[in-house]
Amino acid sequence: MNLKLGVPSKGRLMEKTFAWFGARGLDVRRAGSDREYAGLVGGIDGVDLVLLSAGEIPRELNAGRIHLGVTGSDLVRERIPAWRDRVEELAGMGFGQADLIVAVPKCWVDVETLEDLDAVAAAFRATHGYRLRIATKYHRLVREFLRRAGVADYQLVDSQGATEGTVKNLTAEAVADITSTGDTLRANHLKLLSDGLIHRSQATLFRSKSAAWTAETRAAFDALSDRLGETAGR
Amino acid sequence: MQPSKDQVRAEAARLQAIFCDAGARAVDPDILQPAEVLLDLYGEDIRARAYVTADPLKGEQMMRPDFTVPVVQMHMASGQGAARYTYAGEVFRRQEVAEPGRSNEYFQVGLEIFDAEDPEEAEAEVFARFADALAPLGLRAAMGDFGLLTAAVGGLKASPVRKAALMRHAWRPHRFRALLDRYSGRTPVPAARADLLKRLTRLTPVEMITASGPLIGLRTTDEIAGRLERLRADAAEAPLPTAQVTLIDDLLSIRETPANALARLRDIAVDMPALDPALHRLERRLSVMRRHGVDLDAVSFEASYGRTTMEYYDGFVFGFFADRRPHLPPVASGGRYDALTRVLGQGREMPAVGGMIRPGLALELAGEGAA
Repeated sequence: MNLKLGVPSKGRLMEKTFAWFGARGLDVRRAGSDREYAGLVGGIDGVDLVLLSAGEIPRELNAGRIHLGVTGSDLVRERIPAWRDRVEELAGMGFGQADLIVAVPKCWVDVETLEDLDAVAAAFRATHGYRLRIATKYHRLVREFLRRAGVADYQLVDSQGATEGTVKNLTAEAVADITSTGDTLRANHLKLLSDGLIHRSQATLFRSKSAAWTAETRAAFDALSDRLGETAGR
Repeated sequence: MQPSKDQVRAEAARLQAIFCDAGARAVDPDILQPAEVLLDLYGEDIRARAYVTADPLKGEQMMRPDFTVPVVQMHMASGQGAARYTYAGEVFRRQEVAEPGRSNEYFQVGLEIFDAEDPEEAEAEVFARFADALAPLGLRAAMGDFGLLTAAVGGLKASPVRKAALMRHAWRPHRFRALLDRYSGRTPVPAARADLLKRLTRLTPVEMITASGPLIGLRTTDEIAGRLERLRADAAEAPLPTAQVTLIDDLLSIRETPANALARLRDIAVDMPALDPALHRLERRLSVMRRHGVDLDAVSFEASYGRTTMEYYDGFVFGFFADRRPHLPPVASGGRYDALTRVLGQGREMPAVGGMIRPGLALELAGEGAA
């Protein structure tokens, strides 16, 4: 059995992943035409390339259908419960950086910290009769973060896109979303909480702990690790 | 060995018969419960613990994570006065991580007493019946009383706003602690807050809000300005006396036999007379328990008991544990939940106390004891 390496199948994330491996002497690329979802790993034996949507890579790693996978560290934390038991972070790849943060309207001049947000949530619930709504697509990460911080009286509302617009549209009071420069937040009259950084995400090479590790896949992994200058264990 | 489902069901029926003999009416709430009620009660955390499903007509539903909420709803809707109920059935708990002794679905058998006449009598009765039913298992019993903490907070030299903030976080010890430290001046005012207060000396709240740009979202200028006023008032408030914080710390650290706990509480109450009414209730409860034949020396009184797990329990609380299997959840637990009846009663309130047993766990331990 060959070692299966899952990489994003599209766009800049794919190109940067190929370049990252290339810089380490591994020729990772798509096979055939641009439209064919098949790939090659040159310069090393026993490794199959699997092209996948970045969002599906956490699931495939968790299920053990791929041995290694490249995806955002935010997606792994969000989609795999107790992720540390299921996958190992081998290398941060230094691209695809984005911060998952909590942001509130800039006009909330009384709110700078999570403690303020909590106090406002209590008052909001008393005044409006329902819990303060935070729009996000990162339900697990946000819920765990706010629980640790002791924030109560809020609810999460699902928002799969244009999350920064939800406050203006009156479908949420605050947001928890990915930002890289903060431009979109500012354009939508939102501001970060000073202690509202939930996770600093980047494209990361993960190893699945549940994939079938045979003598062959282990040998391929060792060869790959040597090439990547990695000493990460198995 | 794990008992079979049939064995657990039979054990649940046996325990329920004990509660029926005590005059409780058997009730059988639906498995699917409206998610909205539970979400409003417990917040987002319940999503991590309960199975959510969707019904095209009824909307978002949850598979019952406990019986207490539907039983309270049913009782409050019935408009009846005193009543007692028992239930036996499965509850469903979603799990992110596998933990020993915790299943995704397991049986609970419970007893719930709604009674305004004599709260301590009802509390002592529930505890005594549980202690009796579980006696063969040789469990360790622990009890606590949220009424003491509530009374202590009520007796602090602090504004109603500060007291309300503390009470709101009584079930989140970390946040509660942080608030106490802030109010007593043990931790300094954060720089951002100090900065904000300084700006408030130059600008009115409305000026500050206007200067920040467009007003977006549902929170109005009045709401924001109102909080700024509260922050200003809070900054002007005298710090909480350190001696009072020490008394709260002493109170929360109590972990003794009930007799010794009572002695320590009396000491604390000398400096904090606001504790007296709660202390009288505790004294009376203990004496009624003794009359019911409870061996109080074998029970541990823990003032912080259930503080992280039992939101909405607002008075007497208790649990039974298998000490030789410390990683297991409590075999039984319960307490007083007047606050829950207030939230679900739509304006009405009814003193209520109850508890539940995990018959599967009880059977497992009984089997080990015999082996």
